[in-house]
Amino acid sequence: MIRFALRRERVRVPIYLLVMFALLASTAAQSESLYATQAQRDEYAATVTGNPGLIALVGPAYRLTTVGGDTAWQWGGIGAIVAALMSMFIVARHTRGEEQSGRSELLRANVLGRRASAAAALAVVTAVNVLLAAVVALSLIALGQPAAGSIALGASLGGAGLLFAGVAIVAMQVAQSTGGASAIVGAVLGGSYLLRAAGDVGDGTLSWLSPIGWAQSMRPFADERWWPLLLLVGGGAALSAAALALLDRRDDGAGLIAPRPGPARASAALTHPLGLAARLLRGALIGWATGLFLAGVSVGLTGQDVERLLGDSAEVDKLYNQAGGSLVDNYLAVSLSSMALIGTAFAVQAMLRMRSEETAGRAEPLLATALARPAWAAGHLAAAAGGAVLILGALGLGAGIADAVASDDAGRVPLLVGSALALAPAAWVLTGVAIALVGLAPRATAAAWGALGACFLVLYLGPLLSLPDWVMDLSPFTHVPLLPAAAFDAVPLLALTAIAAALAAAGLAGLRRRDIPVT
Amino acid sequence: MADAISVSGLVKSFGSVRALDGLDLNVADGEVHGFLGPNGAGKSTTIRVLLGLLRADAGDVRLLDGDPWSDAVTLHRRLAYVPGDVNLWPNLTGGEAIDLLGRLRGGLVERRRAELLERFQLDPTKKARTYSKGNRQKVALVAALSSDVELLILDEPTSGLDPLMEEVFRECIEEERREGRTVLLSSHILAEVEALCDRVTIIRAGRTVESGSLSGLRHLTRTSIAVETVEPAGDLATLAGIHDLRVTDHRATFDVDTTHLDEAVRHLTRFGIRSLTSQPPTLEELFLRHYGDEIEHEAAA
Repeated sequence: MIRFALRRERVRVPIYLLVMFALLASTAAQSESLYATQAQRDEYAATVTGNPGLIALVGPAYRLTTVGGDTAWQWGGIGAIVAALMSMFIVARHTRGEEQSGRSELLRANVLGRRASAAAALAVVTAVNVLLAAVVALSLIALGQPAAGSIALGASLGGAGLLFAGVAIVAMQVAQSTGGASAIVGAVLGGSYLLRAAGDVGDGTLSWLSPIGWAQSMRPFADERWWPLLLLVGGGAALSAAALALLDRRDDGAGLIAPRPGPARASAALTHPLGLAARLLRGALIGWATGLFLAGVSVGLTGQDVERLLGDSAEVDKLYNQAGGSLVDNYLAVSLSSMALIGTAFAVQAMLRMRSEETAGRAEPLLATALARPAWAAGHLAAAAGGAVLILGALGLGAGIADAVASDDAGRVPLLVGSALALAPAAWVLTGVAIALVGLAPRATAAAWGALGACFLVLYLGPLLSLPDWVMDLSPFTHVPLLPAAAFDAVPLLALTAIAAALAAAGLAGLRRRDIPVT
Repeated sequence: MADAISVSGLVKSFGSVRALDGLDLNVADGEVHGFLGPNGAGKSTTIRVLLGLLRADAGDVRLLDGDPWSDAVTLHRRLAYVPGDVNLWPNLTGGEAIDLLGRLRGGLVERRRAELLERFQLDPTKKARTYSKGNRQKVALVAALSSDVELLILDEPTSGLDPLMEEVFRECIEEERREGRTVLLSSHILAEVEALCDRVTIIRAGRTVESGSLSGLRHLTRTSIAVETVEPAGDLATLAGIHDLRVTDHRATFDVDTTHLDEAVRHLTRFGIRSLTSQPPTLEELFLRHYGDEIEHEAAA
């Protein structure tokens, strides 16, 4: 069973690990190059510790005067969240996900015991988290950071992942679907984050109630403490044991909480292809909009301080002065781009939903009605593209509000909302790639993720590796004017929209001509 | 009277697999037509071609006097489909799914919808993920039967239903027939086909093997009898319609054409029946026997 589970994860896990590596490595390298002198580092450290908003958002700052401490500060908290989400997805796929597809019924009726698939999921997620810790530790050591700190950071992230894996597997027993279970884990995660934030700004007691707080209290690169790791791993183990016990009391496919009844009639909105697609995306849309809003707030809060934070050096110039305008605006522009790129994952996922509807056999009954294929596809396309606009708007709104508060200038709100929305055409291009694949090459839709990953690498590793211009140009995000720093230029946005439209048209044409379903 | 469905020489391949190999099918207006075949024969593939989901590689296909591939949307307003394997949206309730399918088709008859929910005993407020297979099928059936269409295409619609619901289904199809609707019913359940259908098409490996009215195909139905008698049963071989007769002492096993079943049992009662087991043939047995006879015929000729 374990081998079976591992095989299924063989593509995703390396991608997660690669992404973590890229993020951490680029941060460490950037930190190194941005603050060349000790004096600059000290100033940076002082600025951060004097900014409670930042501490609340990111985490307690220990030894920011070193590269390691800086990296640990920036990624200790967020990295723990990423590890937690990764663990949740892995656990979900191999426990509830199986039950929902009915596959577990098939397996359980076989020689396996009730606990076997849950145990296998746990084994896999543990292995992945250990791997994560190793990758983080080794990549930092390779960049020249002290071993103890690197290992501590890796262990803190892996430990957090393990703890939340435990939370996830308990949630999977309690809720009646993967969606419900994810909501529970999300709530626990959100609560942990808020508790930690409140604690870190105050006297620190509340942080001890939060697993993210435990991870950060290991203090990588700043006189490491190892015992919080026991809390994390022990907590994860205890939760997993509890989950296995709950498993014994639960039926296959059900949850411990009984399902609520729903409406007996469909609303008028639901019976329209756009309404149906939007309904299917509702949960994801809310999650992403909230997440990007918070990300925007964090970007906005740091914006006005950035001159003090980043200091004044040739490196800063290289990274953040690409488009003229003030440093603050440049920083905001680059940060908005990064967040928007991450948000594009929502749009790609939403578009590929169309394909998963087809393979799940739900497209056929719809297309056997008077619903034309282009109309069906257009509904999904509009939901994905429109959803992208909504979440980018949330990003801009968050950044705008935070920046307006920090700079006492209400005009920043529409400015930043507009800047974030300008990134929509780039997201649309990737949405177009996804629908083109669904229409023309339905068996290869995973390539859409490859395209997104490539854009991601271009953005994060491009400046570091000094990639040639033509490579950078492949990513649509490179072409969006860096607002609010640069001048607004509609031409590239129109061009990107045109490309997205052409890709969508190609996808629709392919969909019209091919068989449904293609298995 | 024009044919509701007329298919001739239909060919469809998936890669190197030839799923349909020159299939013919004709369904007259207003009739209930059975569509039979073993697993993998191509029934669902044919239905998907009729629905414009798959494009035929070769052959003529006409549905309600239109081309199912290019006129799909207009034709679909006049037909309703129940798939063999019903997959619903887990977060939607049964009622929402019914409304969704109905309205996309062009409208539901409200009274009929309410009546059918009652008769099929389906709770429309439960989320689809909590439904058993049978209940999911009921959702698709209610959605199809409460729409006001000319043609119903049903792909193994009762495979998950209990006998009581199967009865409700048959009543509904009878009602549809009285309204003058055309029904294409694909099924493995011979009893159901016998009860409902006027004419039947049997396919095997992508080709039409038999097509005609049920009475014409009556020779396909045989019952297996295993009997133990007080006196050893004699002269069984002389009866009409007896096949594969095996007699040992007081026991006899044989297959008898259903039209001659009465004669055979009456003959047996003369010997005092101690125990009698009768089994209807499975579809596979029917086909094998059918082809077995054909091959024997050809060998003899």
